[in-house]
Amino acid sequence: MVDGNKTNGDAGSHATPHLDELESGPWPSFVTGLKKLRDAEGEQYAPMVNDLLGQLERSYDERKGFWKGGTLSVFGYGGGVIPRFSEVAEEFPQSKEFHTLRIMPPPGFHYTTDILRKFCDIWEEHGSGLIAFHGQSGDIMFQGCTTENTQIAFDELNKLGFDLGGAGPALRTAMSCVGKARCEQSCYDEGRVHRGIINKFIDEMHRPALPYKFKFKFSGCGNDCVNSIQRADFAVIGTWRDDMKVNQEEVKAHIAKKGRKYTIDTVISMCPTRALSLNDDDTLDVDNKSCVRCMHCINVMTKALSPGDDRGASVMIGGKRSLKVGDMMGIMVLPFIKLDTDEDYEKLEEFAETCIEFFADNALEHERIGETIDRIGLPAFLDAVGVLADPNMVNHPRTSSYVRTDDFDEEAAKWFERKAQKEGLTLNTE
Amino acid sequence: MNEVQEKPRTADEVGVPDHMQYMHPVMRKNHGQWDWHERPRAGVLRHVSKTGDEIFTVRAGTQRQMDVFTIRTLCDIGDEYADGHVRFTTRSNIEYMVADKAKVDPLIEALGNAGFPVGGTGASVSMISHTQGWLHCDIPGTDASGVVKSLMDYLHKEFIQERMPNRVRITTSCCQINCGGQGDIAINVQYTKPPKINHDQVANVCERPAVVARCPVAAIRPAMVNGKASLEIDEKKCICCGACYPPCPPMQINSQESTKIAIWVGGKHSNARSKPTFHKLAIANLPNNAPRWPEVADVVRKIIEAYKADAKDWERMGEWIERIGWSRFFDMTGLAFTKHHIDTWTGARKNMNSSSHIHF
Repeated sequence: MVDGNKTNGDAGSHATPHLDELESGPWPSFVTGLKKLRDAEGEQYAPMVNDLLGQLERSYDERKGFWKGGTLSVFGYGGGVIPRFSEVAEEFPQSKEFHTLRIMPPPGFHYTTDILRKFCDIWEEHGSGLIAFHGQSGDIMFQGCTTENTQIAFDELNKLGFDLGGAGPALRTAMSCVGKARCEQSCYDEGRVHRGIINKFIDEMHRPALPYKFKFKFSGCGNDCVNSIQRADFAVIGTWRDDMKVNQEEVKAHIAKKGRKYTIDTVISMCPTRALSLNDDDTLDVDNKSCVRCMHCINVMTKALSPGDDRGASVMIGGKRSLKVGDMMGIMVLPFIKLDTDEDYEKLEEFAETCIEFFADNALEHERIGETIDRIGLPAFLDAVGVLADPNMVNHPRTSSYVRTDDFDEEAAKWFERKAQKEGLTLNTE
Repeated sequence: MNEVQEKPRTADEVGVPDHMQYMHPVMRKNHGQWDWHERPRAGVLRHVSKTGDEIFTVRAGTQRQMDVFTIRTLCDIGDEYADGHVRFTTRSNIEYMVADKAKVDPLIEALGNAGFPVGGTGASVSMISHTQGWLHCDIPGTDASGVVKSLMDYLHKEFIQERMPNRVRITTSCCQINCGGQGDIAINVQYTKPPKINHDQVANVCERPAVVARCPVAAIRPAMVNGKASLEIDEKKCICCGACYPPCPPMQINSQESTKIAIWVGGKHSNARSKPTFHKLAIANLPNNAPRWPEVADVVRKIIEAYKADAKDWERMGEWIERIGWSRFFDMTGLAFTKHHIDTWTGARKNMNSSSHIHF
């Protein structure tokens, strides 16, 4: 079955001298794991993993990859499977097809051991036995499936209540931080928004028709544990509008434990907007109007400080990595949206829909929304999605005088009107 | 029977599954009620709820690409010591949650006995976020899991303790698209040669206008080569980014000579203190030296040692360099500053020092 020159001789498995070097050391070894699969007697996947190891060893030897893509999905869907065909299939026939099923995880990556065992049983029967938790978009990656078994494996996973994720020019799988499930810093229900938005637009994921990929990520606060700012076209990041909460007794307790100088050096002096001041009696003054909700002091003094009560989220648009114009961070587009009531959540979903529609209608092929905004300018994007300009969107106003300002007065009138309206609303609620 | 099998099953388009059904019951009960947290030791979090409940989390490193036997071992530990619930972090660490403090130590011991390092919390070097590499990607310049395994073996000590100034987030990427993302330290393939074109295949395999459009510097144009419709590259313009290779595999960018490794520093996603930043070039042209990448590990060691010795508590890598200045960064790490460190991309001028501020 296997070329004699390439084997150890004894078990009929490929020699893997390079990979063998990755079995020593204290960190868990994926090579050891692959070998367990290769050596699993009588299992359907063992020959496949043997040839996979053979091909990987050749990659280590020649320092080249040997996979090529293709087209493959499951019945009714147009994406979500990453097809992989070997370019060296003659040498490694058992792993000539080694596709990945991207499966969407639950928000916050929560699992029971029971569901994980069911994944294992399915993948042992129909796949290679290799699963990654998780890919960079958040998918559970069921790696290594033949073309024939792809539909069968998907059906089994789907019957468990799991669905394919995104691939290609489509809405992509999202991820969210642990959030409200275990974090006091969470400012909105990440899991609810995550499920609400993705499930509403699921058709855009399973039947790819967008100019290019579109990613959502959901972080409960500015610590951004799922790296949404630079990794998502649409990043939802928790924040709050009112004053942060200070427990002065706990502030004193922190200083008593850590020392005054240390607290000044690590908390007061590190505030990016000089919004903190330590009083002579070891209580803390917070200039909440200057605070930018960066989370630093709250991270350090977890017991003494916490976000305020008027919580919600900001939305940043346009984050992405290098291809093609270079790296981009998302731009602040919605400085604050309240996320308490059903109507609040619907509002955010509607805004997401507006952005996806804008992207579908205006982006060039293979262009991310951040690049589209760069191409047309942020003001044109704001007009298109119905958002008014806000100073929180910029580091500072423009510095170049080369701009036409014919309708400056009309735009200024809008600003004052909006301000008056906002004050009027505040008065009404009081 | 055969007729049933001929018509494929229609998917139940369930979308994102409901996470509440998989969540640990104490977390479900206290959803949105948490009050504060602390880290009793490296690898352990203690969250206290306003209801008075508390939950302990034990975090452990995994190899991310896991065989079913490893997953079942993790499940066995979860069943015996942690109420049958787990979760994963963004960086592929596994977390076990227990409400009973007495269960923490036996859980840590069980993980240790099974070979899973407990740590990755607070000011530690957490697991490296990485990509697929030679194992599964169609355009990889190097492996991912192997680089990560090699580095985490070396950084193991900094994973299981919290002795860094602040958290250290490392990423790796197997091509210049950088799927691994921003990091305090980013270890990325950097191509050094233009692609080699197989002109016999281009017309059959590639949609030529799409390939021309993909080039960030407009260095590709249609051409007839040996009587065949193909593409040609202006090699003086080419920045060797590899962006043409995914839509046109006959434009091979990977080779033993062209696939080098670059290391970048000072990227961060978090908004804590400073705004999020991109990582910046520290060194290029390191050899892609599988299976252990010792030259890469050596540079990572130098950078981490300098940061550990000199940064103030809570300063991330980029914030530390911002304070001490790039001259001292290059001095302290022993790395070279070259003309290639000076940005030439769109907006490069904003990255120059237009002031009299100098670090001596």
